[in-house]
Amino acid sequence: MAEALASAHAPDVHVLHVAHQFDDAEQQWTASTLGMWVFLAQEVLFFGGIFAVYVIYRTLYPDAFAVASNHLDVALGTFNTAVLIGSSLTMALAVHASQVGHRRALVGWILMTMLLGSVFLGVKVYEYAHKWHEHLVPGPWFQWHGEYPKQVEIFYSLYFGMTGLHALHMVVGLGIMTWLVVAARAGRFGPDYHNPVEITGLYWHFVDIVWIFLFPLLYLIGRHWHP
Amino acid sequence: MLKSEHMVGVGTYLTIFFALMVLTAITTAVAYVDLGVLNVVIMLAIAVTKATMVVLWFMHLKFATRLTWLWAFGSVVFFAILVVITLSDYLTRAVLS
Repeated sequence: MAEALASAHAPDVHVLHVAHQFDDAEQQWTASTLGMWVFLAQEVLFFGGIFAVYVIYRTLYPDAFAVASNHLDVALGTFNTAVLIGSSLTMALAVHASQVGHRRALVGWILMTMLLGSVFLGVKVYEYAHKWHEHLVPGPWFQWHGEYPKQVEIFYSLYFGMTGLHALHMVVGLGIMTWLVVAARAGRFGPDYHNPVEITGLYWHFVDIVWIFLFPLLYLIGRHWHP
Repeated sequence: MLKSEHMVGVGTYLTIFFALMVLTAITTAVAYVDLGVLNVVIMLAIAVTKATMVVLWFMHLKFATRLTWLWAFGSVVFFAILVVITLSDYLTRAVLS
């Protein structure tokens, strides 16, 4: 049944793409996307813990968070936000290419998404190196000559913790997309089977959403504040 | 394409992308204007709007099953419980001690 369906609609798609535990490709699609949403619900609470820590300390030390945040580079943060939103667009276009069965476009858009993700991480590495030289990495070498040094160190602990966890998710995403490119080039995906493309897209967009909240909370929170 | 999925057009994706870019520009610009407590409110309202657009169109939740909606919004509800109950402790310590 499943093999007949697959070969009738798209001869170049692997005929065994419906795993044996599923009735058909439709059931497999519904199960795999729902499964990814369940995983993402867990991710919301995984990141939720550290966001809750941010909310508490920002509530306790709003002035310290303002001066610490103002030390971050807004231009780089805004640039990276645009890059990451751009990578979400190219990922969405990759899903579209797989739905209409354009193999070359699919490979191209995934590679473009990986390129934009790498640009984001490159900027992040530059920012981290800068903070390292300024002795803003929390720990024994941390130095802050302005007001509230202890509370500013809490802000920078959250800055590195939150952006580090986010960057780690992006590295994982780039790894998954490397496999996706190989599979796409081999012709594994087509209009009747592109679950891994859709699921990787869900993951990548989630990582984009985490940054949509991190950017204002870390880079913009104190800009209006004039001591 | 499968019957269970919905194909979002390239034009819709581009519209969402430009809206997200415009909202990013607005949130960055507004951050420099001193609006007191409203700064955080506007900042978070724009972030929630952007996230909702990504979830509905890029992540196709608009066209997903009820069960998927339940998981998507359930996670947000539990995060809200985490923040509200924790803050209800921290914010009342000075008052109650």
